[in-house]
Amino acid sequence: MFGFGILFGLLVLPLVGAAFILVQRGEDEATIGNVRWAALATTIVTFLLALVAWARFDTGVPGFQLVETHAWISPEIAFKLGVDGFSMPFVLLTAFLMPFCILASWETITTRVKEYMVAFLVLETLMIGVFVALDLFLFYIFFEAVLIPMFLIIGIWGGKRRIYASFKFFLYTLLGSVLMLIAMIAMYWTAGTSDIERLLAFGFDPSLQWWLWLAFFASFAVKMPMWPVHTWLPDAHVEAPTAGSVILAGILLKMGGYGFVRFSLPMFPDASVEFAPLVFTLSVIAIIYTSLVALMQEDMKKLIAYSSVAHMGFVTMGLFTMTPQGIEGAMFQMVSHGLISGALFLCVGVIYDRMHTREISAFGGLTSRMPLYAIVFLTLTMANVGLPGTSGFVGEFLTMLGAFQANFWVAFFAAFGVILSAAYALWLYWRVMNGPLEKPALAVLPDLTRREIVMLAPLVLLVIYYGVQPQPILDAFAAPTEAVLRAAAPALEGAATALAGAQ
Amino acid sequence: MLPESAVPLPVFPVPALGPALPEIVLAAGALVLVLVGAIRGERSTALVSAGAIGLMLVALALVFLAPAETQTTFFGAFVSDAFARFFKVLVLIGSIVALMMSHDHFRRLGIDRFEYPILIVLATIGMMVMVSAGDLIALYMGLELQSLAAYVIASIHRDDARSTEAGLKYFVLGALSSGLLLYGASLVYGFTGTVSFEGIQLALGTGGASTGAIFGLVFVAAGVAFKISAVPFHMWTPDVYEGAPTPVTAFFASAPKMAAMALAVRLFMDAFPTIVDEWRQIVIFISLASVILGSFAAIGQTNLKRLMAYSSIGNVGFALVGLAAGTEAGVQGVLIYMAIYLVLTLGGFACILGMRRGGVVLEDISDLAGVYKNHPGLAFCLAAVVLSLAGIPPLAGFFAKLYVFLAAVEAGLAILAVIAVVASVPGAYYYLRIVKVMYFDEPVAPYDPMPAPLGGVMVVSSVFNLIFWLVPAPLFAAALIAAQSLS
Repeated sequence: MFGFGILFGLLVLPLVGAAFILVQRGEDEATIGNVRWAALATTIVTFLLALVAWARFDTGVPGFQLVETHAWISPEIAFKLGVDGFSMPFVLLTAFLMPFCILASWETITTRVKEYMVAFLVLETLMIGVFVALDLFLFYIFFEAVLIPMFLIIGIWGGKRRIYASFKFFLYTLLGSVLMLIAMIAMYWTAGTSDIERLLAFGFDPSLQWWLWLAFFASFAVKMPMWPVHTWLPDAHVEAPTAGSVILAGILLKMGGYGFVRFSLPMFPDASVEFAPLVFTLSVIAIIYTSLVALMQEDMKKLIAYSSVAHMGFVTMGLFTMTPQGIEGAMFQMVSHGLISGALFLCVGVIYDRMHTREISAFGGLTSRMPLYAIVFLTLTMANVGLPGTSGFVGEFLTMLGAFQANFWVAFFAAFGVILSAAYALWLYWRVMNGPLEKPALAVLPDLTRREIVMLAPLVLLVIYYGVQPQPILDAFAAPTEAVLRAAAPALEGAATALAGAQ
Repeated sequence: MLPESAVPLPVFPVPALGPALPEIVLAAGALVLVLVGAIRGERSTALVSAGAIGLMLVALALVFLAPAETQTTFFGAFVSDAFARFFKVLVLIGSIVALMMSHDHFRRLGIDRFEYPILIVLATIGMMVMVSAGDLIALYMGLELQSLAAYVIASIHRDDARSTEAGLKYFVLGALSSGLLLYGASLVYGFTGTVSFEGIQLALGTGGASTGAIFGLVFVAAGVAFKISAVPFHMWTPDVYEGAPTPVTAFFASAPKMAAMALAVRLFMDAFPTIVDEWRQIVIFISLASVILGSFAAIGQTNLKRLMAYSSIGNVGFALVGLAAGTEAGVQGVLIYMAIYLVLTLGGFACILGMRRGGVVLEDISDLAGVYKNHPGLAFCLAAVVLSLAGIPPLAGFFAKLYVFLAAVEAGLAILAVIAVVASVPGAYYYLRIVKVMYFDEPVAPYDPMPAPLGGVMVVSSVFNLIFWLVPAPLFAAALIAAQSLS
């Protein structure tokens, strides 16, 4: 339509909704209601459009699809959009999570509702942009621009220490990203193009790869976040409003992993093989250390935040095993974690809205008062632990499988993380839900409202569905994974012969 | 009848005046405005002000209508090429907008004198001669015309101690820097035997650079660094920015910055391109020093105008990254940077000028607390400006930085780019602080109603800032043509 494709539509739609909300005048209840419904409608329509894109997408084809190119800066730097098996599921995930974010903010956000909804819709455009951009600089623009609405969301609608958290979030991620920009410029001059499709086929000189890899790593490791640059995440999560946490955990963290699999692995295979031990080390430390830290948390959101860092450790570990199972498992883990952690934050939001505290010690014995909530929370806790039958299991299992092939000790230590995750997650559930209902304030808590059921049920069902039926997503990852491994094959062989020669 | 043996009288050909038409129109118009002001007295301020704006709009149209090819006149002293026209457009826009924003402010302060618009026009002529200069003499002439007008403008609020102090500081340090520049120019002339940029380029290209010429180069560079307020010659900037009345600061931060940067680029790229290795180290040093100082020194500031001063020091440092590359792409980067910076500066100062409560001019960051509530437009414009200055995509400021970094990396100065880009992160902190104060803090009483020109500038600046990333190609193409005309 008008020379613009479906992906362009995905970028524009949320902005149209945002523009509509911006022209609404008045602060009365009716206007605010309109704003909420407009935001919800926009996100739902965007999701439907994403489903159309998914229907037109052929998982069997390894290359980019739905590609559209518009004139932009120069013939070499174009406004190019497209999706492949790696990015399509994330576009869907983003569009899928957004309506829940709007629903989660329905009653809790009462001040500056208009600005809030606009920030979220702009954020949606930018996040989808990150996954569909097929030009280096376009990718960078979306990747960085995400900081602005997120900074505002944390800073305006956040908790007590929101200002500290928002500044930390912004500056940490900015510092990581600026180096990537210089690396992108170097790639542009070396390859003569910023078209990602052509860069994937370019083959950078190994000595240059080394620097480029480090620069990209600086950015994605912060975004991921990997130990030791993860400290912005717990602060941001704790202070962000519920929907902000959902987006942070569900989508923003995935940008780091997506960046690794889009740039670092296929474009710098030699450097990736060379740096794999470093990534393994950091991943294993993240898995064990942050799991231990999670055990000690008093704040529910902080606990889930640390558990996110641990789960992202599995992702980075899986990606750099350079095995089909590892990469596909890591990608699956990201999608699954997006659903699980998003839903967990929504769960925390549910009781936070009732009690206005997230202190674990303020709760106990909620099962008797809130049986529906107990079922949902338990399912998600189990999924977070990685119980077979939930989507959490598939990702963790596949990454471990990959790790065993790559390096036994990495898998050995990562396995401790699985045990620890069971410990902190179950202990959290036990402290909040089980035991006698002693606190008088808790005795009057109502169970899930209809809005909350609508909000949580689809997520819970999907978590279970993908636990028993992971194939649709894994199929999407299969073709591009194969392409990545084909590109990395010479580097892997080189490393193997070097290792054999050394022994 | 003359005897045939008589020596013919020397004939001086009249130089073609066409290429300098915009300047000539401005100069003649300025004289008319002086007459109008002198005859009608203080009542004529509004008329003279409107006349000055109209005059500069005519000059702007003439610059646009000028032929595309390079023209030289006055025996090579005056060059009208795409580069000069690019900067003339920026200078004129800066002057026009600054003047538009001044009138209401001055009227409220009771200092709306008719001399002010005329001085702006005179300064503008000086700046246009600066960017068109083809030799050292024309350059100095333009520079001094601009500077002398600027000294008076800085102290236009003559009953205000801060304003007079600013004018005096500006004068003393400006005169010192002009002296340095002149001394350097005389050394260059002495060791190359010519004042024309072309001739200097030839002389240095064939004979190599003698120690004397390099001495001259260093002095010239120091003088130029003063004018663009680059470290280590930046000390006057915060004081003058803070002391001068805000519309004057807006003017200083926009048009003269453009002209001084144009002068720097033309000098280095036109006169000294053959000894690029000699001056590149100087430019790299002042560029990095400016970026780092601009980033860190601004953190402690509470006054918005001082903050803008440090911000301008940092931004000049970034623009110089492009000059350090010493290539066509580098010049293109500088041009793009200055064009975008001009819009951001004018937008930012429009917001600062809008801060007034109960007739009191407000200048502190804390006065911005919660403006999102009562003045969402101002808050949005200023937030977009500061985030853009921090180089956050997709705002226009990002592309400014992108292009200078592209040029630097192409020229093999990746380390310079890395240091500059890392140093920009602490800078982002103080820009974010403004956003924080405006959006996160509790609102206080609203400001007084703002005059229409301010609102207009805010709208244009915000739209430019938001839309630029979708259609960046026209500016890049214009800057490329301008950069090509230089070499």
